[in-house]
Amino acid sequence: MDISTQTTDAPPPTPQPTVTEQKRNARGATRPGDRVFLGLSRGSGILLLVIMAAIAVFLTYRASLAISKDHGNFLTTFEWNTNLNPPVFGIAVLAFGTVVSSIIAMALAVPVAVAIALFLTHYAPRRLSGPVAYVVDLLAAVPSIVYGLWGALVLVPHMNGLFGWLDHYFGWTGIFDWQGGAPRSMLTVGILLAIMILPIITNVTREVFRQVPRMHEEAALALGATRWEVVRMSVLPFGRSGVISASMLGLGRALGETMAVATVLSPTFDIQASLLDPGGGTFAQNIASKFGEATEQGRDALIASGLVLFVITLLVNGAARAIIARRKEYSGANA
Amino acid sequence: MMLQRKNRLRALSLGAVAVTGALALTACGSDDNGGSSKASGNPSSATNASSIKCDGAKGQLLSDGSSAQKNAIDAWVKSFSQACGVQINYKAGGSGAGVTAFTQGQIPWAGSDSALKPEEVAASKKVCSGGQGIDLPMVGGPIAIGYNVNGVDNLVLDAPTLAKIFDGKITNWNDAAIKKLNPKAKLPDLKIQAFHRSDDSGTTDNFTKYLIASTPDNWKYSGGKTWQAKGGQSAAQSSGVAQQVKQTNGAIGYFELSYVGDGVKAVSIDTGASQPVAPTTDSATKAIADAKVVGTGKDLSLQLNYKTKADGAYPITLVTYEIVCDKGNKADTLPTVKSFLNYIASEDGQKTLSGIDYAPMPDEIIGKVRSTIAGLS
Amino acid sequence: MSSAVVTGKRGSTLRSASLPKWSPWAIAAGSVAAAVAIGLGAGLGSKIQWGLIAAVLFILGTYVIASWVEGRRQAKDRIATSLVWVAFLLAVVPLVSLIWTTVQRGVKVLDVYFLTHSMGVVADSEPGGGIYHAIIGSLEQVGLATLIGAPIGVLTAIYLVEYGRGALARAVTFFVDVMTGIPSIVAGLFILSLMLMFEMQPFGFAGSLALAILMMPVVVRSTEEMLKLVPNELREASLALGVPKWRTILKVVLPTSLGGITTGIMLAIARIAGETAPILLLVWGNSFINNNPFSGAQQALPLYIYQQYANSSGSTAAYDRAWAASLTLIAFVMILNLVARGIARWKAPKTGR
Repeated sequence: MDISTQTTDAPPPTPQPTVTEQKRNARGATRPGDRVFLGLSRGSGILLLVIMAAIAVFLTYRASLAISKDHGNFLTTFEWNTNLNPPVFGIAVLAFGTVVSSIIAMALAVPVAVAIALFLTHYAPRRLSGPVAYVVDLLAAVPSIVYGLWGALVLVPHMNGLFGWLDHYFGWTGIFDWQGGAPRSMLTVGILLAIMILPIITNVTREVFRQVPRMHEEAALALGATRWEVVRMSVLPFGRSGVISASMLGLGRALGETMAVATVLSPTFDIQASLLDPGGGTFAQNIASKFGEATEQGRDALIASGLVLFVITLLVNGAARAIIARRKEYSGANA
Repeated sequence: MMLQRKNRLRALSLGAVAVTGALALTACGSDDNGGSSKASGNPSSATNASSIKCDGAKGQLLSDGSSAQKNAIDAWVKSFSQACGVQINYKAGGSGAGVTAFTQGQIPWAGSDSALKPEEVAASKKVCSGGQGIDLPMVGGPIAIGYNVNGVDNLVLDAPTLAKIFDGKITNWNDAAIKKLNPKAKLPDLKIQAFHRSDDSGTTDNFTKYLIASTPDNWKYSGGKTWQAKGGQSAAQSSGVAQQVKQTNGAIGYFELSYVGDGVKAVSIDTGASQPVAPTTDSATKAIADAKVVGTGKDLSLQLNYKTKADGAYPITLVTYEIVCDKGNKADTLPTVKSFLNYIASEDGQKTLSGIDYAPMPDEIIGKVRSTIAGLS
Repeated sequence: MSSAVVTGKRGSTLRSASLPKWSPWAIAAGSVAAAVAIGLGAGLGSKIQWGLIAAVLFILGTYVIASWVEGRRQAKDRIATSLVWVAFLLAVVPLVSLIWTTVQRGVKVLDVYFLTHSMGVVADSEPGGGIYHAIIGSLEQVGLATLIGAPIGVLTAIYLVEYGRGALARAVTFFVDVMTGIPSIVAGLFILSLMLMFEMQPFGFAGSLALAILMMPVVVRSTEEMLKLVPNELREASLALGVPKWRTILKVVLPTSLGGITTGIMLAIARIAGETAPILLLVWGNSFINNNPFSGAQQALPLYIYQQYANSSGSTAAYDRAWAASLTLIAFVMILNLVARGIARWKAPKTGR
C-alpha cells in the first residue's frame, strides 16, 4: 500500500488492483461500515483540530494582552518582573535555557536510548531482555516530581566530581568553566532530562526495532554479515523514522518539563557562558516558579512565554518531519 | 469465530472484574483519622472543641492562597472540622493564585501575604455585590535567616551586613563586617553561598522590604515578590531553599521559622536594641505590635515597622491576611466563612499559632479584626 | 552488503579466526582491574569515575584485540556490541538508583492504613494520614482522560495513516506536532477559562479534559508510527480477499500493531498520571475523600506528592508521605502496564519472536 508515502497527486505508475480498491474506498466509502469508520476517524482528526485551534486562539489573545503591556522588550529583556507597574519581562533567558538544556538532554539520551533499544531487541540474552524492557517501561512512568526529588537529593551531590573533572580538563573551553557554586546548572538539568526521557525514547524505539521484518535481517545474515552489519544495514534504516519520532516525543517532554527542572536548577535571569555555573531558566520552570504569585497580568505574561515554547516545539517538529520525509525511501515496509 | 466469541466473553468478564474491583475500592477508604490516627503531639488538639461556635456552618469550603500560613490553617481546620463537621479545603497555591481565584469568584475567602492592590480591590467589586474585598491580618510569621556554617552557633548580623551578603558584596564568612558583629565566633575562611527564592513569593517581598526600609544605601532595588539582586543561588519554594542550606556548608538563606533546625541555625538580628533578637513567635508578635493600620474603612491592612528598635522585637516578619468581601458574600458560604474566621480570630484560635512557629496577632489588632468579622454580610 | 565482497582477505576459509567465547568477560575483567588500579593510583574518589574508566578501557581493549585476531569487520562488530552493553550499563546506574531511592524512602510509611485513609484533618506537617483520596482521584481522572484521549488519538492516527491525504491530514499532522509542545499548565489554563465562563467550581472531570488534551498528541504520534510499520502485504492480502477496509483496519492492521499502540497509550497514561499543574488549577486538591469526579474538588497523587514536598515546612513526616505516594504512583502505573502487556500479548498475532 502506498497511502502513507503517496503525498503527490500523481497516481502510481503501475496500476495495482489494490490502489483502485482503496481509491474507491477512500473517496466514496461505498460500504456503510467504511463510511462510519471513515467518519469516526476523520471526526477525531477534526475534533483535535478544533481543540487545538481553540487553544491557539485563547493563547494568542491572552499573550497579546500581555505583550502590549510589556515595558521591556519581550524578546531581548533579561528580566521577568510582572508585579511591577508597568511589568517588565522578556524571554531571552528562557529561550536560551530551554534550547540548551534540551540539546544536552537529546545529545546524551538519543544515542544511549538507541543503543539500549538495540540491546533489548538484538543483543541481550532473552532472559535479561524481558525484565529489563519491563523496568524501562516502568521508568517511563515515574512522575517527573519524583525525578525532581531524586535529582535534588541524589544526582546533584554526585555532580560535584564530574564538574570538578570537566573544569580541570576542559575549563579552558569556557563552556566548562566552573566557579565552584553548587552544581545546579544547565548541565545538571540536561543530564537529569536525559535520564528522564531515556525510557521514553527507548520504549518507542524498541517497539520499532522489533517490527523490523525478520526476512531483512535473515537475508543480511545469510550474506555473511556480522551482527553490527545487520543492525546498520537493515535495522537502523528501517527504524530511522521511528527513532526520530521517538526522539520528538522525548524532546517534547524535555522542552516542557517543569518540576524536575525547578527542583534541580538554581535559576537566575541571566545567561551564563559556562554550562557548569548555576543560572538561566526554562519556559516551563519559569511558569511554575512564577505562577503561584502571578496576578492576572502575570498569568498573561506566562502564557505569552508558553506561546513561544509552542513556536519552538513547532520548529523542531517541523525539522524532524522534514528529515523523515527526505528519508522516506528507507523508512520501512511501506516504501 | 468460536474462539473469537470466547475472547470477547473473557474481555467482558475482565472488565466486570475491574469495575467491581473499583467499586469495592471506593467503599473501603476512610476520612476518619481521629481514633486510630498516628498523629501525636498536636498542639491544636488541646483546643476545647466546645468553645467553637458553628453558627450554621455547613458543607464544603474552598480556599486558596499563601503557602506561608498553610500549617496554621491546617491546625485550625483540624479543630474546626471536628467541632462543626465542615470540610475546609485550603490549597496553598500561592498568594497571587488565591487573590486571582477570589477576584474571579471561585472562592469565598483567600489568604495572602500582601494586602490587596487597588486594581485587585476594583476587581473584587465584581464578585462582592455592593462591597469590596478587605484584608484581615490573621497570622504573623518571623522570617528566619537560616545558615549552615560548621562550628558557628550564635551568629549575629545587622541589616547592612545582610544586604551586602545577599547582594554579593560580602563573599566570605571571615569578612571584617561579620567579625565585628561576632567577636567571639570562630568564623572560617569559607565562601558564602547565599540562597534566595527562585519563585515569586511573599517571603521574598517582606525580606527585601525589610532591607529597603532599614538599609536603603546597601539595597538599591525596588523590592517586590521577585528577587532582583544579581548573583547568588536560588531554589524553588521555602522547602527548596531550606534543603540547599542544609546540604551546603557556608550557605545562608531565608525562610519561615519552621524550617529552622536539623542542621540549619537562625541568625539573630542586631536591630539597635540592647540585645540582638532571635526569631521567635514572641519577638515577631512584638514587632507586629509596632505596625499601624493603614487600611481604610473595614480594610485592616498593616504597615509593618521594619526599623523597629524595641527590645525583643524581631523586625523581619510577614503577616498573612485573610481576604473576604465586606459586603455581598455569597449567601451559601457566608455562615461557614464567618464562623471559621470567628474561630481563628478568637483567643483559642490565636493561641494555637505559637505552638507551630507562627506569631499570634497583637491584642489591639486582633480586636479590630474580630469586630470586622462580626459585621461581614 | 558491499563489504561482504570486499573481505577477500579471508574469503578462502569458511571459518576465520575468532576469539574464544569467554573473551568479552576476560576483557571486561581486565579493564575493571586496570580501572581500579588507575583509580587507586591516581587517587580518584568517585566510584563512578572508576566505572567510566573501566568502560573506556573495555571498548578500546575489545577493539584492539579483536582487530588483531579477527580482522576489521569482526572488530567493528565487537566494538558495537560492547558499546551497546556499555550504554546499557551506564543507563542502568541512574535508573536503578532512582527506583532504589524511591523504594527505600517510600516503604517507611507505606502500609494498609496509609492506603485506606485520606489525609482528613491531619496537617501536612504532622505524621499520620494517608493517600486513599488521592488514589481514588487519580484513578478516576486518569481513567476518564484515557477514555476520551486514547480513542480519539488512535482514531486520528488511523485517519492519518490509512485515509489521510490532502489539506486536512496535513493540518492535523501539523497541529499534533504543535500539541506535543503544550506546557501542561497552559492546557490547564485553557480549561480553566472555559470553566470560569460557565461559572463552574473545580471538579475531577475538568482535570480529565486537560489531561486528555495532553494525552492525545502522544497517542497519535506513537500510534501513527506503529501503524506505518504494519507491512502493506497484510493490508493488500486482506483487501484482495474482499474484506472491507474498516474490517481490514480493525482485524488486521490494529491487532498487528497492538503491542506498539499499547506501549504508546501506556506512555501517554504515564505522562498524564504524573501531571501536577492542571490538577492544581482544575481539580483543586482535597484532603478528604470525594468519589464523584463530576462534582466537587478531588485530590490526585502527583498533586499530593507536590504539596507534601512544597507545603510541609520541612517536616520529615511529609517527605516520607511524598515518597510513599511516589512509590504508590509507580506501582499503580506498573500494574496498569502489566495488564496492558498482558492484553497485547494475548490479542496480538504471533510474530515468531
